[in-house]
Amino acid sequence: MIYFDNVSKLYNNGQSAAIQEVTFQIDPKEFVSIVGHSGAGKSTLLKMIIAEDRPTSGTVFFESLDIHRIPRNRLPQYRRKIGTVFQDFKLLPHKTAYENVAFAMEANGRTDEEIAENVPQALALVDLTDKAWNFPNELSGGEKQRVAIARAIVNQPDIIVADEPTGNLDPIATYEVVQILRKINDLGTTVVMTTHNKGVIDELGRRVITMDSGRIVRDDESGKYVL
Amino acid sequence: MVTSFRRVVRAGFVGFWRNAYVSLASIFVITVALFVIGSTMLIDQLLTVSLTQLQAKVDINVYFVTTAAQGDIDSLINSVKALPEVEKVTYTSREQALEQFRAKYNGDTTTMQALDELKDNPLGSTIAIQAKQTSQYEGINRFLTEANNPVVDRINYADNKESIEKLSSIIAAVKQASFVTLIVLLVAAVMITFNTIRLAIFTAKEEISIMRLVGASNMYIRGPFMLQGLMYGLISGVLALLILYPIVMWLGPKTAVFFEFNLFDYFVSNFSYIFGVLIGIGVSLGLVSSVLAVARYLRV
Repeated sequence: MIYFDNVSKLYNNGQSAAIQEVTFQIDPKEFVSIVGHSGAGKSTLLKMIIAEDRPTSGTVFFESLDIHRIPRNRLPQYRRKIGTVFQDFKLLPHKTAYENVAFAMEANGRTDEEIAENVPQALALVDLTDKAWNFPNELSGGEKQRVAIARAIVNQPDIIVADEPTGNLDPIATYEVVQILRKINDLGTTVVMTTHNKGVIDELGRRVITMDSGRIVRDDESGKYVL
Repeated sequence: MVTSFRRVVRAGFVGFWRNAYVSLASIFVITVALFVIGSTMLIDQLLTVSLTQLQAKVDINVYFVTTAAQGDIDSLINSVKALPEVEKVTYTSREQALEQFRAKYNGDTTTMQALDELKDNPLGSTIAIQAKQTSQYEGINRFLTEANNPVVDRINYADNKESIEKLSSIIAAVKQASFVTLIVLLVAAVMITFNTIRLAIFTAKEEISIMRLVGASNMYIRGPFMLQGLMYGLISGVLALLILYPIVMWLGPKTAVFFEFNLFDYFVSNFSYIFGVLIGIGVSLGLVSSVLAVARYLRV
């Protein structure tokens, strides 16, 4: 469903490269982890999937769609197919957990009835029903990240893109977040996640892509964290 | 569509109240800018009116000899009236001139006695010529002098020449200066407003990036900010008028004495025009600034 075809991203007129000649494919319903040192190019890959960054050469496809040829005014529609989760949560601080999740549906032009029905379901899935009316500053890191995941899944996207979702979390919260992502994947949504966390990878036992200096150095179907 | 519109409007109002401090600062700055524009408009009006009045006071007087026949005088008046530069010709007959003289020196017994000693009216009739523009007096004077009409005793252009020329140049300079001032103030007002709103929206930068991530369309993101910009402009326009009102009311009688033009009366009778201009400038400034400021964060 996602296909990178010989993609490179160069900076400083080609002096330095974020990623070099990367080719790989993500199939529907896969759970793919991308690992590597800082600066290996993991986040750049994810930014290309959500059309936040464009390649210097090569092409990125979402199904048969060339992501970087989508006209600017069609990008919002494209982004609605993708749920995003970030290390720093990116919640709106002046909105409650419920409102943060509802906001993603409002922006998509869903009706009030749909919102009233789907938001509690999404919050239940991440086990935050009793914190629905708390503001982000009243939630722990793990809870904030679960709100972000609820927001990412509430529009029933085809794929979840998670950039270091456990980067700021303690081990227990990390475990919870990974379990939720796995549950979402079991329900049929593709998940792409970058991480530094060896424990997370070993525990998941799913496909692992290992990157180093902008190149893919390993791609294991049921991988371990090897660096 | 209706749902989106309702949400955008609600988000605009909520944003306005939640960022009360930023809203207040923006409104304050725009109000000052609009106040300056409004004052400049009024000052410009005051200048224009007083210049017109000043110009109306400038004229060329032609003094006829006391023996001049009425027919000769009339034909000269008609030929002067035929000139394209001439705005108005006022004729004062010998009798009227005498009456005006008596009225002027009423309390002066010596002059009155001297006048009474004379059997005949010593004053000739006169005409006062007003040109459409001060620069045209030179030409009118030349026309009168070259005609060398025997009934003409004296033309006072030479006496007035210097003051007429000085006045012409002052009028030209004042008009230019007030125009330049207006442009400079306008540009300053636009820049200040634009920067204030840009700063106000800068605080929402993170929020805009989150909206984009969840797939909000550009119009959906822009809408609330446009509404806020519109509200800033509207409120500021009303505030600027509220500040101008008492100031003009206080100045009105003073300008009536000094410029023979009541600024307050002008303000009241042209209120809808001034209201329209200030609100219009305020609203379009707010809207355009918001759109430009948000556009920065909507680029991929």
